[in-house]
Amino acid sequence: MATPLESPITFTNVGKTKWWQSGFFASQTGYVLLALVALFVVMNFASPYFLTEGNMQNVAKNFSFIAIATLGVTFVIITGGIDLSVGSVMCFSAMITSMVMTQISTPGMPGAEWFVHLADDGKTVIANMPGLILLVSILAGLGVALIVGLVNGFCIAVLGLSPFVTTLGMLSIVRGLGYVVSNGRGSFPSGPEADYLYALTSGVVFGMPAPFIYLVVLAVAMAIVLHHTGFGRHVFAVGGNEKAAALTGIPVVRVKIEIYVICALAAGLQGIIISGWLGSAPANMATSYELNVIAAAVIGGANLAGGAGGPLGAIVGCVLLEVIRNGLVLAQINSYWQQTLVGVIIIAAVLVDRLRSRMA
Amino acid sequence: MVTPHDAGLAVLELKGIGKDFGAIRALHGVDLRVSPGEVVGLMGDNGAGKSTLVKIIAGNFPPSHGEIRFDGKPVHFARPIDARAVGIEVVYQDLALADNLTAAANVFLGRELKRKLGPFAFLDHKAMAARALELFGELRSETRPHDLVKQMSGGQRQAVAIARTRLSNAKLVMMDEPTAAISVRQVEQVLSLIHRLKEQGVAVMLISHRMPDVFAVCDRVVVMRRGEKRADKAIGDTSPEEVTSLITGAREAA
Repeated sequence: MATPLESPITFTNVGKTKWWQSGFFASQTGYVLLALVALFVVMNFASPYFLTEGNMQNVAKNFSFIAIATLGVTFVIITGGIDLSVGSVMCFSAMITSMVMTQISTPGMPGAEWFVHLADDGKTVIANMPGLILLVSILAGLGVALIVGLVNGFCIAVLGLSPFVTTLGMLSIVRGLGYVVSNGRGSFPSGPEADYLYALTSGVVFGMPAPFIYLVVLAVAMAIVLHHTGFGRHVFAVGGNEKAAALTGIPVVRVKIEIYVICALAAGLQGIIISGWLGSAPANMATSYELNVIAAAVIGGANLAGGAGGPLGAIVGCVLLEVIRNGLVLAQINSYWQQTLVGVIIIAAVLVDRLRSRMA
Repeated sequence: MVTPHDAGLAVLELKGIGKDFGAIRALHGVDLRVSPGEVVGLMGDNGAGKSTLVKIIAGNFPPSHGEIRFDGKPVHFARPIDARAVGIEVVYQDLALADNLTAAANVFLGRELKRKLGPFAFLDHKAMAARALELFGELRSETRPHDLVKQMSGGQRQAVAIARTRLSNAKLVMMDEPTAAISVRQVEQVLSLIHRLKEQGVAVMLISHRMPDVFAVCDRVVVMRRGEKRADKAIGDTSPEEVTSLITGAREAA
């Protein structure tokens, strides 16, 4: 018989991890945030215009335009999946939102009588119930995103198709549908409530661009969901070890479908916000944005192998991309360098993390 | 050793368990009794029917013939969760741990403790860490609830996987090759973990190829060969040589 260890529990053999070796400080997100701060300092010296309020607002607005979708993709990446269809979903949701808005705001169109009537002068269109048109159009846009997310999730979680292939197919399908429904022309919001949409998407609240505020609210919500709910715990577990998750009774299929739906909804919302700012939803809107979104998530520390990532990293990645773009312009460097630089940063960020885990 | 007072009361009782996969007879007429606090070694060569038997007990699939009684009552498991509900826990060979999560998170995986806050339920991190520390203490394992499993030794990982089985006060823990892939020192740790379970009255079925481990911790050894139980002996009445010959078929039965 082996002698059982009779000692009470002590930690004589097991060292305690130092605070700087674990958690945020040891994560890729931490390093990239450090790099970002350094970049701010350098830019401040390189261009006096960089830290002005106007430019900071500009930066905040621009990165908010991809950051909400990046939050969604980060969910998917944490489970070890990928979603390439976000760019197409952005466009399609925006397009459906403005098409529905136009349709139900035009007297004489089928269904429009529930939403609008003509004023006594016979020309001015008046909403029957203020806000209803806006609400219905946004819900329509998010509705198509929801459907795309469900189809992605079903194909990946239930049918077992690879996330890359499924969402690559969906990228093409949804982009194609956008061209079909608008006949290649895209669409733009019109009617009595189009101005509400513009106000919601490109307005300024307390000196901050509205999209930035949505982003902060959603990021905080995401942090709480990921770290303080059973669902968030299961998302990390599926990404860390899917088989273990299934054996311990986690509903893996449901979790996977849910994260693809969340991702598509985030992309849809992002698309609607962009189209509000642009004032239209052209059929080629947000083309190849999926690459920026995934790049931002990966730079911020989301691991494509699954199991790691978070909202702070997603935002840090987006800010870094935008500051580089902005910085190149301010430094009067040929802005065509941007793409090359972004590529270098993606590899560098992952490389630093790799070197660190080798040394640890 | 089987103590006289619990000899009469079996936690698990199998009667004539058989399993056919199409024309292949994987298991035939297996009878087995396991008492509370008893450690039973289940040995046999590859294809002897060990894992089929374990999977039937764990609820992965139903037996084709025979009856399973647990705590004296006949049971039928449609899914592994049903087996877990009556008190059967399995420590899988690969431990089923998520490396990116903490020890406490892994212990409670799929069974997280939550606190209600209005319509929302949030993870109760404190309660889970406290309970996990308690369980590691019971298992005498130097494992911190907040450490990531990624950074742990093989023995600690085993402790996390075994602590999981203690959450629900399981009555039977089946361990599939727990010592197959770890260092000598860690094997000692795992064997002492099995002792802890035994002390607390938990029945343990140890599926192993390693003769020294089985003879170190088991009260009884059951040898399977070609889908049948060939021997079921108290550890004091047999020897590694005899068990080896039973496994290989050099001796037909004992």
